[in-house]
Amino acid sequence: MSPHPIDILLTFGLLSLLAVGGANALAPEMHRILVDNRGWLDDATFTQLYALAQAAPGPNILSASVMGMAIGSWSGMALATIGILTPASLLAWSVAGWLDRLRGAWWIRPAQAGLIPLALGLMGASGIILGEAAASFWAAPIITGGTALFIWQTNRSPLFALLAGGGIGILFFALG
Amino acid sequence: MTEPRVPSCGELFLGFLQIGGLAFGGAVAWARQVLVDSRGWMTERDYAELLGLAQVLPGPNIGNFAVMYGRRCHGLAGSLSALGGFFLLPLCVVIGLVLLWDQYSSNPWVGAFMKGVAAAAAGMALGAALKSGFRLKPPPEQIVAILVIGVLAALWRVPLPWIILIFAPICVGMALWRARRA
Repeated sequence: MSPHPIDILLTFGLLSLLAVGGANALAPEMHRILVDNRGWLDDATFTQLYALAQAAPGPNILSASVMGMAIGSWSGMALATIGILTPASLLAWSVAGWLDRLRGAWWIRPAQAGLIPLALGLMGASGIILGEAAASFWAAPIITGGTALFIWQTNRSPLFALLAGGGIGILFFALG
Repeated sequence: MTEPRVPSCGELFLGFLQIGGLAFGGAVAWARQVLVDSRGWMTERDYAELLGLAQVLPGPNIGNFAVMYGRRCHGLAGSLSALGGFFLLPLCVVIGLVLLWDQYSSNPWVGAFMKGVAAAAAGMALGAALKSGFRLKPPPEQIVAILVIGVLAALWRVPLPWIILIFAPICVGMALWRARRA
């Protein structure tokens, strides 16, 4: 017995607007609503699905699509994905238009430049948080540090570093 | 630095398809790699400014970024091209993973590979922030803000909505103050 489609759409639509700071900030709120409040998923399923979504490339917000699939199969997935994307995208769309109209104002460029510390500070912080979470074997921090140096100091594709990281992971598994 | 040019809708779609398809562990660092370093559509400064705005708004950071950058290039068609490209591949992969759940989760080789990739992906975010920071050469008060925000978010684990509510006004205020004085 799956929840009403409109209910799925509205729930994920609400989550969309709560995701200030991106999908990783959303996880606790999503857990509160989907598991504790609505009871659509149990705790173990939620955790497994979240890890699964993290393993995929791309935005972690797709954890919402995976949850939607577990809640209401294919239509659940479609509704959750539409719900999680639409309100935030509409807001971003309006802000972009508003920004365009204000382009001549003296304060718009400096105000936007003022957001650079948030962009860089949060980007660096996410590296540290992800690095801690990934430190499940002793070489992991070395891979993390090495990749950071590689990205910072060279202009080669990061793909090399990611593949090398995966290779070292397999090596450790084979040896250990 | 080469002069940024405006990509067509098809190019937007392919560029964001690449960002989405490659972005293990988060798309922010890959977006920088593709848009600034490899395709040269944006300057380092443009990228960091629009990213800051995308992070302040609710929703997926690069999803918001795609909508705003797409609109700037080609209006609604541009937004839809960028957003569609960004989500297409990851959505397919996630669906595949769900369908293959049992086989995937029981294979230790895949798990070991993914652990290594996750460690490298963390380094990628760190390296992208360092690279961007050293190229942009922010004024001293912004450097302090970057470090404070980094410590609060990474070490103290202050929830992101709080960081944004507190630091967005402070940082914008400081930037306006500097612009007025100049």
